This record gives sequence, C-alpha cells and structure tokens, in this order.
Amino acid sequence: MKQHQTTKPMSLITKLRTATPSWSILAIAFLALSGVLELLGDMDYLNQYYLHILIIVGMNIILVASLNLVNGYLGEFALGHAGFMAVGAYTAAVIATKIGPPGLPTLIIALIGSTLAAALIGYLVGLITFKTVGDYLAIITLGFNMIIVNAIQNIDYLGGPRGFIGIPKATNLFIVAICVVLTYTVLRNLVYSDHGRRWISIRENAIAAELMGIDINRAKNMAFTIAAAFAGLAGGLWAQYQQFITPKSFDYIKTTDLLVMLYLGGTGSLSGSILGVVFYTVLMEVLRNVLSMIDPRLAELRMLISPLILVVVMLTKQSGLMGNREWRWFSPRKEENTDESCS
Amino acid sequence: MNPVLKIEKLTKSFGGLTAVNGFALELAEHEIHGIIGPNGAGKTTVFNLITGVYRPDSGHILLEEKEIANLPPDVISRSGIARTFQNIRLFSQMSVLDNIKVALHQRSNYRLWDVILGLKRFRSQEKVIAKESLEYLEYFGLTNRHNEVAGSLSYGEQRRLEIARALATHPKVLLLDEPAAGMNPREVEDLISFIRKIHHDFGLAILIIEHQMPVIMDLCTHVQVVDFGQTIAAGDPETVTNDPLVIRAYLGEEEVEEHEASGN
Ligand SMILES: Nc1ncnc2c1ncn2[C@@H]1O[C@H](COP(=O)(O)OP(=O)(O)OP(=O)(O)O)[C@@H](O)[C@H]1O
Ligand SMILES: [Mg+2]
Repeated sequence: MKQHQTTKPMSLITKLRTATPSWSILAIAFLALSGVLELLGDMDYLNQYYLHILIIVGMNIILVASLNLVNGYLGEFALGHAGFMAVGAYTAAVIATKIGPPGLPTLIIALIGSTLAAALIGYLVGLITFKTVGDYLAIITLGFNMIIVNAIQNIDYLGGPRGFIGIPKATNLFIVAICVVLTYTVLRNLVYSDHGRRWISIRENAIAAELMGIDINRAKNMAFTIAAAFAGLAGGLWAQYQQFITPKSFDYIKTTDLLVMLYLGGTGSLSGSILGVVFYTVLMEVLRNVLSMIDPRLAELRMLISPLILVVVMLTKQSGLMGNREWRWFSPRKEENTDESCS
Repeated sequence: MNPVLKIEKLTKSFGGLTAVNGFALELAEHEIHGIIGPNGAGKTTVFNLITGVYRPDSGHILLEEKEIANLPPDVISRSGIARTFQNIRLFSQMSVLDNIKVALHQRSNYRLWDVILGLKRFRSQEKVIAKESLEYLEYFGLTNRHNEVAGSLSYGEQRRLEIARALATHPKVLLLDEPAAGMNPREVEDLISFIRKIHHDFGLAILIIEHQMPVIMDLCTHVQVVDFGQTIAAGDPETVTNDPLVIRAYLGEEEVEEHEASGN
C-alpha cells in the first residue's frame, strides 16, 4: 500500500497525508474544486454572490468544527467561541495593516499571528475554567466573550465601537479552502489520537477517565487551546476578507449562530459540522432572498427562524443530523487493515 | 515480603457520618483479599479513598511503601492502581476497542506535533495501540464486538470490558467492586475462574468487595469484615464467616436471637 522508498524531502502533500489514503485524495479533490470555482469567479463566469456564500461557508466550517472539540468531543458547553474569533480577526487586522505590504506573505503571517494569539487566550480561558463544569463553565465563557467585545470597543487603536477599517483584502475562496483542509486534517488526526480519545472519555465519564490516569485539566485545556486557535484562524480569514470589522460582529449572537450550526449538524462528528454549516447557511440565504422578495421588511424575520431551528432540533433530534456518527471517508481505516504492510 | 498495598488508620467522614473509621489493610504481592460487610458499611468508600476519588481525613495509604494518600486520582492510577465500579462506568458512546485504547493512553509517546502533522511516529504508534487493544479484547473474548459501542454490550460483557480496561492500565493492584453483582450462580462460577485466570496471567494483587460469598470463599486468602466503617473481623474466609460478630452484623440483633433460638 505504502511505497517504501520515499527519498523525496517531505512535501506539504505528504504531511497532509494521514492514516488513510482516501483522505488526501478527498483533500486534493476539494482543493482543486475550490481552485476552479475561484478561477471561474475571477473570470466572472461565476456570480460573486455564490463565491461569497462559499467563502462564508468555509469560514463557518472552521469555526463550527473547532467549537465541536469543546462542545462535542469534550462535552462541555462553552459559549465564547466568537470571542476567540475576535482575537484572531483583530490580530490579523493589525498585522495586515501596520506591518507588511499587502500580499501572500503578509496574509500568511497575519493568519499565523491570529491563530497563535487566539490559542494563547484560549489557553488562559482554559486555565480559569479548570475547576468549573456545566453551567459555570458556560457562564464564564459567555462572560469572556462579552469582555473581549467590550475591551475592543474601548481600545481606540483598534477603532473602538466604529470598527477597524482599511484591512487589505487577501482572503479568497482558494485560501479559505486551504485553511479548511488544514483544519480538518489536524482535527481529524487529533480526534482519532490519544488526545481525542481522552476528550471523549472525559465527556463519557469523567471519574472513570481520571481513574484511567488521564489528567483531566490538561486534556481540557488542550481542547480549549486548539479550539481557540482555529477560531482565531477563521477570524484572521474573516478580517482579511471583509476588510472592515466591528466588535459587534463577534458578540454572543455570532456564538449562538455557531452553536445552532453545531447542534444542527450533530456534536462529536466532523462530518456533522460540515452538514450543519452548509444546511444552515444555505437555508438562511434562501430565506433572506425569499422573504425580501415578498417584502423587504420581512428579511430580518430569518433571525427569528435561527433560534427556532435550534429549539426544534433539541426537541426532536438531539443528536442532530450526524451526532456521533461519521461519513466513512472521515473515519480512519478499519482496524483489520492496520497491520504493518511493508515488512 | 513487603506488602504492595498497605493502609493504616484510614478515616473518612461525610458530615456527621464516619463512613470509614481507622481502616487498616496489608495486601501482599500476588494475594487476593476480600472485603465484605452489610450495605452502607463503607466498603466502596475505602476504594474511593485508595483511588483518590475522595481525600482521607487522616491515615496512610502506601503503594510499594510510597505514600499515595492525597494524590490526585490520575496520578494514583499511573502509579499502579486500577479499579472497576459497583455501578459500571464504561465510556458507553465509545467503541469497545476505544475503551481499551483510552486505558493504553500512557503507552504512546507521540507528541502533539506528530498528531497535528500526521507524522509517521503517530501513525505507527496508533497501529501498535490498536494491535495491543485487540489482544486485550481477544483475551477477554470480546473481539467480535470491538466495533460496537460499549453501551450496547450485555451486562456480563460490560463487566468483562470494565475489567479488561482496568488491566490495560498495567496495574500492580486491581480493585474489584462487587464484580458478581446481579449474576446468577452459573455466571458467578464463570467469573470466579475468570478472576483466577487473570490473577495468574497478570500476576496482580487483587482486592475484591463482594456480597456473593462463593467469590470470597473460593478466591480470597484473607477476608476483612467491615461494619459501620470499622473492621469487626479479619482472617481466612472460613473462620471469619463463622464469627458470631459477623453473623450479628449481617443479620441484625433480633434475627441473631431468632437464629440462635432456632439453633437450640
Ligand atoms: N459522597 C458521599 N457523601 C455522603 N455520604 C456518603 C458519600 N459516599 C458514601 N456515603 C455514605 O457512606 C456510607 C458508606 O457508603 P459506601 O458506599 O462506602 O457503602 P458500601 O459498603 O459500599 O455499601 P454497598 O454494599 O451498598 O455498596 C453510606 O452511609 C453512604 O451513604
Ligand atoms: Mg459499595
């Protein structure tokens, strides 16, 4: 199956390769498709509106999948994800405007910066919530989200409540697609590693997990940090796509949107996060168009429909579309074929 | 020979209730010890103290002469104590195989970067973990269920999986809390030979809490009877179960009088 004589230096593709070959094929196909769509968009064969929707979907997939680590795999109920996104977005905004000339190197530096900054904040929030679970953790993370938004509103350097303007546009569909593939490759590796199994075991039975020798605080904090890092990455993409960001766009309403998509798709499932995001985003856009066709004043009604969906999902199918299940492509190969093949 | 596990003057109160009072124990290497006593006597609490779920008010717990009282549960587990629970605590939404893999989590030494980048060290060690986990399942006769979620197993299988998971942490001492609860006499017989087998194959010291007397009589070399947190008798199973104090504790005052009356 695996060629023995790899003499080439490690390329990005080989690094992206995980236990199953079908994963890299999936990733390459996805990137190729996004590249083609991006080109079609650039040449005006594809309506910019559709390109825009796809970009939003991509960023939301990164956000929801990372939220899934904490709220799905670890089984906590954190309510501050948009706060980490804000940290990433503002970090990227500062780096992109104050440091480099517009271009790919600056984009990459800005994205790395936003990922690391959010990871650091995520780590600190994780430390604070060490001893808390359940309602308390929910409230602390919600509080954190509000604190971040308020803090930014009071920092003139970041534009305060009026927002941060003039961020160079560097994000496009292809860049977002690369980040989605990166996120999913990392998350999938994590979920099917000791780390992921520790998180799930804590969710399933914290006492038993601890008595298996698992350091619960460490495992929890790792989930927090990694989830925050990817939220930061999405924030960095967002800032360099919108070119203009306001603190308000990262408040608890954004967090709620992410939660709706997560629970709609089903927690504890990476494929579920994709389904939830696509379903919800498309539905919202369709509703917006249909409602404003009837009467422009009705367009905001969709804001009522979003929480309604959450309520209906929670009442009828708590596991969401995919809860704890996975598309076959997303699972690792079956255990039977894991024997050493080359020796 | 020095005991693997030595407990001295262990005490724990919940509010006004002293659940464990001056408990002591010496468990030698490769020995099977029993703890019996009426409901609410404090048996499970002793296990919770040993494994760090509760912190003792006072007393010492020595694992191979090293104090482990007041250490956090995960540290105690890593130093070599594993247990099962009176009310089974599996990771029910996880597959049977993953339940074992969780227990093997200390065996891998890949780092976060190896996982994030999907490097060879991660991939090859995952294979080793999978292989080793399957070996445990094979030994416990659960191979054909490895892909099912643990919660879907039958009661007996869940008990077995819980023991398998405990053993996969490579303990020096295994604590079994009522492993035969809810089993019929046939199943109890099977369990007894099974415990004997793992005791032999894994070379462990075992501490068993049990109400089903055949388990105690057949397996234990030493039994300790607890009532209201205090050890009221200790010795080999035969002697202990004939001790009037023990009969009294189990049957209650009035019934003992009846028992004695009818015996005359
Ligand atoms: N966390 C706790 N808080 C308060 N009281 C407790 C706690 N844990 C145990 N107890 C009390 O301590 C006493 C001993 O309980 P324990 O569970 O150790 O009994 P046991 O000997 O295992 O009984 P059983 O045979 O029914 O399992 C009981 O009165 C119980 O109510
Ligand atoms: Mg008990």
